[in-house]
Amino acid sequence: MGGPLEPLFDVEEMELSFGPQHPATHGVLRVQLKLDGEKILDARPIIGYLHRGTEKLFEQEPFNQCIPHTDRLDYIAAPTNNQGFVVTVEKLLGITIPPRAAYIRMILAELGRISSHLLWLATHAIDLGAITPFFYTFREREEILDLFEAYCGARLTLNAMRVGGLPYDLPDGWVERCAEMMEAFPAHIDEYETLLTENRIWKKRTVGIGVISAEEAIDWGLTGPPLRGSGVKWDIRKVFPYDRYDEVDFEVPIGKNGDTYDRYLVRMEEMRQSVRIIQQCMDRLPDGPIMAKVPKVLRAPEGMVYASVEAPKGELGYFIVTTPKGSQPYRCHVRPPSFVNLQSLPVLVDGLLVADLVAVIGTLDIVLGEIDR
Amino acid sequence: MWVDLIVTVIKVLVVSTVLLTGVPIMVWVERRGSAMIQDRLGPNRVGPMGLLQPVVDAVKLMTKEDLTPEGVTGTNRFLYLLAPAIALVVAVSTFIVVPFGYDPGLELFGHAIGGFVVAPDLDLGILYLFAVGSLGVYALVLAGWGSNNKYSLLGGIRASAQMISYELAMVISVVGVLMVTGSFSLDDVVLHQAGTWFGFIPKWNVIPQLIGAITFMVAVFAETNRLPFDMVEAEAELVVGYHTEYSSMRFASFFMAEYINMITASSLIVVLFFGGWTLPGIATPGGWLGALATIGIFAAKVAFFLWFFVWVRWTLPRFRFDQLMALGWKWMIPLAVLNFLWVGVAMALGYL
Repeated sequence: MGGPLEPLFDVEEMELSFGPQHPATHGVLRVQLKLDGEKILDARPIIGYLHRGTEKLFEQEPFNQCIPHTDRLDYIAAPTNNQGFVVTVEKLLGITIPPRAAYIRMILAELGRISSHLLWLATHAIDLGAITPFFYTFREREEILDLFEAYCGARLTLNAMRVGGLPYDLPDGWVERCAEMMEAFPAHIDEYETLLTENRIWKKRTVGIGVISAEEAIDWGLTGPPLRGSGVKWDIRKVFPYDRYDEVDFEVPIGKNGDTYDRYLVRMEEMRQSVRIIQQCMDRLPDGPIMAKVPKVLRAPEGMVYASVEAPKGELGYFIVTTPKGSQPYRCHVRPPSFVNLQSLPVLVDGLLVADLVAVIGTLDIVLGEIDR
Repeated sequence: MWVDLIVTVIKVLVVSTVLLTGVPIMVWVERRGSAMIQDRLGPNRVGPMGLLQPVVDAVKLMTKEDLTPEGVTGTNRFLYLLAPAIALVVAVSTFIVVPFGYDPGLELFGHAIGGFVVAPDLDLGILYLFAVGSLGVYALVLAGWGSNNKYSLLGGIRASAQMISYELAMVISVVGVLMVTGSFSLDDVVLHQAGTWFGFIPKWNVIPQLIGAITFMVAVFAETNRLPFDMVEAEAELVVGYHTEYSSMRFASFFMAEYINMITASSLIVVLFFGGWTLPGIATPGGWLGALATIGIFAAKVAFFLWFFVWVRWTLPRFRFDQLMALGWKWMIPLAVLNFLWVGVAMALGYL
């Protein structure tokens, strides 16, 4: 005898095309899997099914008309997309926005963050078989969308910011309504946590799954909760404050082990911190104009500019190149957090099972709208 | 002879009707129950409180096109068509040994009805149930194989591994009950549980054999493929597993089989561990009224466990497949054996 054992019959790897039509890929992601039984030998994300040429569209529109296109990048959290774009253009043009506008922007952005995290929690839990949290989180998400609707008339694609400020002021009674919601919201977070945080099955499915170390996370360029889950304290709102984030007080939650469970805890805590930010903004909301003095037709100097904001999924950056006196970007590149975070999928699922792939896709919190653009 | 046949036919008809109407009722309970748990309304448009919703669903399913996926030909097509039939036949035929009421020697057309159970003379009782019940796995495997779909295949493979593993734990946890009763007949199992200890604690098997009851209940959840053990369907991973490709009444057959299995499983929990049709003080009442009362008690207990199935499904996340197998082999089987040893020791010492 001796030598490696010969298998009794032919065994071969199974190739499985996971998506683009699959309930758990959060859109039109396709993962080309090589399986040994249920064990993943290789996972290759294939993207592009939702490509709409957004970056090209940016090149044909004046700056302010680009904003509706940004809504459709990460369509779950439109305010931060708008914010990223207007902050970049303001940096290019050297505009300082009035404080009231900055505070309202922060309120909207944090509401967007909460609504995005609620959707993430709902779908992540459903992927792991817990169906009920979905309906609880959607109850609260609905209220946030109602607030958006009361502010600008739209619920998802808000188009809520302009270069130099905001298109509208807050309507009467909006602040009170928002304050009421924020008052009640932490109790709702506790409610979701009672269903999941200490649940034995939930922990079994998430602890130690999709582990990535801090160094690896940085090497892969991860940002947002996937980076912070690995214990790196990196939040654009803290390190390169934009709008008035340097004036509010909040914590950046970090995890320890860099697994799915830690990323879950980080996001839950981020929702609580967002509530804190919103409450502080509403307490200090100054009076005054909501628009800086900007010309009707924006003309940019020749140059290049990059600025980024902390979107719910991570660092959302815009890189804009302009020609002399250009009224529109010559080239605009978007650095979407989901795109960069998704790159780490093959590393995260290496050697795990098909069921874990679903958990890892959920924990990365990807939105195909901004991956494919 | 003829009367004998007629009585049996009536019993079969009544039981199958009750089982098959139990399915839509269960679907309604599941949907309204999940709605209640999830803070929403659930179906409430068709009929009073939405009670007719399952009827409309059934009509919808029956009028849908019955598709066979491309590439399913020859033997595979035969297996593909056979699988839902097996599922339904197995589900319906396991119920015939479940006693659902007490028969104090009642007569119909001058002929003894022979107990409120479809097959009263089947002394094998529980053995028959496990033997036929374990055929159910064929339906899932054949459906997974015949569908020519990788997700279905994975679902079918999971099904076979899961059901075989948990059948062991399930059977071992029942051994304790059978030892105490000294009979395979489920009627005897129930009658053994009549009466009380100290005048107020019902003599149900669940009290001395709590571990056995718990392992049995967990195993039954796995056998019926309900959350948290619904690996076989796992919609987030395998789309819906083995019945991904099925439509129309073939899909409905699987769906009905699942719910009938739930009803049988709840009945078994009640019969084996919760005293069947008995309550403390009510064990062997006489006359038609008494018989109906025992059927009512049985139905109430079964309804509670059916609700328990619904309750668990909408509260817990799903296990991962390897964790499920580990739970089955490393916890359930040893615990079931422990229960069986304890019953043996207790009987030897004369406690039971």
